[in-house]
Amino acid sequence: MTLKTILLGAVSALAFSGVASAETLTIATVNNGDMIRMQKLTDEFTKKNPGIDVKWVTLEENILRQKVTTDVATKGGQYDVMTIGIYEAPIWGKQGWLAPLDKLSKDAAYDANDLLPPIRSGLTVDGKLYAAPFYGESSMVMYRKDLFDKAGLKMPDAPTWDFIADAARKITDKGSETYGICLRGKAGWGENMAFLTATSNAFGARWFDENWKPQFDQPEWKKTLDFYVKLMKDAGPPGASSNGFNENLALFQTGKCGMWIDATVAASFVTNPKESKVADKVGFALAPDTGLGKRGNWLWSWNLAIPAGSKKVEAAEKFIAWATSKDYLNLVAEKEGWANVPPGTRTSLYQNAEYQKAAPFAKMTLDSINAADPKKPTVKPVPYEGVQYVAIPEFQAIGTAVGQQFSAALAGQVTVDQALASAQQLTEREMKKAGYPKK
Amino acid sequence: MARKVSTQRKVAFTVMAWTIGFLMFFPILWTFLTSFKSEGDAIASPPVFLFFNWTMENYHEVQSRSDYFSHFWNSVVISFGSTLLGLLIAIPAAWAMAFSPTKRTKDVLMWMLSTKMMPPVGALIPIYLIFRDGGLLDSRIGLVVVLTLINLPIIVWMLYTYFKEIPGEILEAARMDGASLMKEVIYVLTPMAVPGIASTLLLNIILAWNEAFWTLNLTTSNAAPLTTFIASYSSPEGLFYAKLSAASTMAIAPIVILGWFSQKQLVRGLTFGAVK
Repeated sequence: MTLKTILLGAVSALAFSGVASAETLTIATVNNGDMIRMQKLTDEFTKKNPGIDVKWVTLEENILRQKVTTDVATKGGQYDVMTIGIYEAPIWGKQGWLAPLDKLSKDAAYDANDLLPPIRSGLTVDGKLYAAPFYGESSMVMYRKDLFDKAGLKMPDAPTWDFIADAARKITDKGSETYGICLRGKAGWGENMAFLTATSNAFGARWFDENWKPQFDQPEWKKTLDFYVKLMKDAGPPGASSNGFNENLALFQTGKCGMWIDATVAASFVTNPKESKVADKVGFALAPDTGLGKRGNWLWSWNLAIPAGSKKVEAAEKFIAWATSKDYLNLVAEKEGWANVPPGTRTSLYQNAEYQKAAPFAKMTLDSINAADPKKPTVKPVPYEGVQYVAIPEFQAIGTAVGQQFSAALAGQVTVDQALASAQQLTEREMKKAGYPKK
Repeated sequence: MARKVSTQRKVAFTVMAWTIGFLMFFPILWTFLTSFKSEGDAIASPPVFLFFNWTMENYHEVQSRSDYFSHFWNSVVISFGSTLLGLLIAIPAAWAMAFSPTKRTKDVLMWMLSTKMMPPVGALIPIYLIFRDGGLLDSRIGLVVVLTLINLPIIVWMLYTYFKEIPGEILEAARMDGASLMKEVIYVLTPMAVPGIASTLLLNIILAWNEAFWTLNLTTSNAAPLTTFIASYSSPEGLFYAKLSAASTMAIAPIVILGWFSQKQLVRGLTFGAVK
C-alpha cells in the first residue's frame, strides 16, 4: 500500500502543469538570424506595452510548420502570433484560419502601402491582408569576383543561363576543389524544388496548364532538367544531390564555389568576415533568364499572422505592428547596425542612404524581389500562384515526391527522361486524388 | 576448464572491440568537439579535429537565449513521471500474465506490442483534439500520460520476460504462509525482480528522455522538454552547427551521466534470464 501511495504522490507532485497569466502572448517563430534578433529586442516592446508579456517558441522551420499547421487546423489555440510563409498565408487565409489584419492595413502610421508590392499581394486574399511580412527574400547569383577576373570573365547585372553555364565550366578546376557553380540538389519542396521550379519558369516551363494538367511531359521541363543535370555534372561539386542551402553556404564560404544561386538572405552570411573566407570577394547579379521574359528568381517571405478565434487579437496586433513597422527597422539599425536590419519588406528601407551604404547587396535584393511576380510566375498561363511553389495545399507532398525524382536524376540513379516520366505519373495521380481540376 | 585463448586472438579482439566502440561513440564525440568551435571552424574542410581555437561562446549564447533549466526540469518530470506511472500499471499486468497465463496471454502481449507498429503521426490529430478539449496541451501531466501509454508495451514485455524466470513455487509458498495478493507482489515478487525492474526503469527513462515526436508536438513553452530546446537551434537557412552541437551536448549530458553510473545495473538487467 505504502509503495503505491508514495509513487502516486511522486508522480502527481512532479506533474503539475504551468499556469499562464492573462495577457501573455505566445509567439511561434523560426530559428533564423533575423528572428533571433527580434527575440532579443522583446524588452523594447514590453517596455512600450506594459501589461503584455511575450513568450517565444523558436523552432526549426519544418518542425514549426508541422506544429502550427496542426494547431491552426484544430483551433488548438496554443499560439497568439504565428510565423508563417508566403506559401501558407493565402491558403490559410482562404480557409478562414487567420484573422485579417484590417486595422493594420488602414493604420496611417503603419503605412501598409510602404510594403513591397509583390509581397503584399502574396499575403492578400480578396483584398484582405492576412499576414504582415517580417522579412522577405528572393534569389540571386552570388559569385566570386576574383575567380571571374582570373578567368577573364565579367558578370553582367542580368546574366543569361548560357553565360552562367559557360562561366561555370571555365572556372571549374576540380584539382584544386574549385567548382564553377553550386546549386541545390537535396530533395524537398522547399529545397531543390524551390530552385528548380523557379529556374523552370525562366525556361518557359510550368507545373500545370490552365486545366491543371501536369506538364512534366513537355519539352520545356526536359530542357530545364537536362541543362541542370549536365551543368552540375561538369561544373558542380561532388555529391551535389545531397546539398541544400546550408551545405552550399558552407562550400561557398570556404571558397569552393565560383557561383551560387540561392536566397538573397545568404548575402549577409557570405559577406560576413567572421564566418566567410571570401567575404571581400563576393559580387551579386540577378538570377539568370533565357530571354523568354521570366527570370529564375523566387519570392519568399516570413510573416506574422494571428490565428482565427484567438482571444488576444488586440495584443497580438500590437506586437505585429511593432515587429513589422518602420520603427522596428530603425531600432535594429540603432542597436545592431543597418546591415542587420530584416530585409525585403518595405520600400522605404531601400530608399534609405545609410542602408544602401551598409548593405552592398541591397539594390540587387530589391530588384530581385520586384522582378518576381507570384500572380503571374510563368511564361505560359497557369491556374496557380507562386513562383517557386504552387500555392495549393497538396503541393508540399507532390513537390517533395517530384524533388526526389529530380535529386535521383542529379545523382545519376535514373535518367532525366525517367525522372520526368515518374514525376508526370505521380503528379497526375495525386492531383486526380485531390479532385483537380476543381470547378 | 576455460578454453585457452592465444594472446594474438586476445589482442585482435580487443582492438576490434575498441574500434567498434569508438565508431559508435564518434558522432557524440564529434558533437562534443564541435560545440567548442566557432561557426567557421565547425564547417571547415578538411575538418579540424583538435587544433582549433577552443571557445565557450556557443554555450554562453545558448544559455543567454533559452532557459536550459526549465527545459531540463520538464524532461526530468516527464521521463521519470511516465516511467514510474508505467511501472505501476505494468507490474500487476506482467505478474498476471507471467503467473496465471491463459490461452490468450500470448495474443494479449502481441496486441499490446502491435500498438507500437502504427506510425505515431497517425494518431496525432485525434490526440491533439483530446488534449485541446481536456486542456492538456503544453502541460506536463498530459505528456506524462502520453509517454506512459507509448512506453507501456515495452515495459510490460520486459517485465513479463523477467517475471517468467522467477519460479512460481516461491509465490505459492508465500501464499501458503497467508500472504495477500498485494503483499505477494510487493514483498515477494518485486524484491526478486529488482534487477529486471531497475533495468526496465532505466531503459524507459532513456526512451522517454529522447522521445521527440510527442514532446515536440504537444508542447509550446511551459512543458517543453529538452527535445524542443535542441529543435530551436537547428536551421535549414543559416549555419548554426556549433550552437546546435552545444545545445545537443547540454541536452544529452544528464542522461549520458545517468547511463554511465548505472551501466552495470543496466547490463545485468538486460542479460538477466539469459543462459548464465
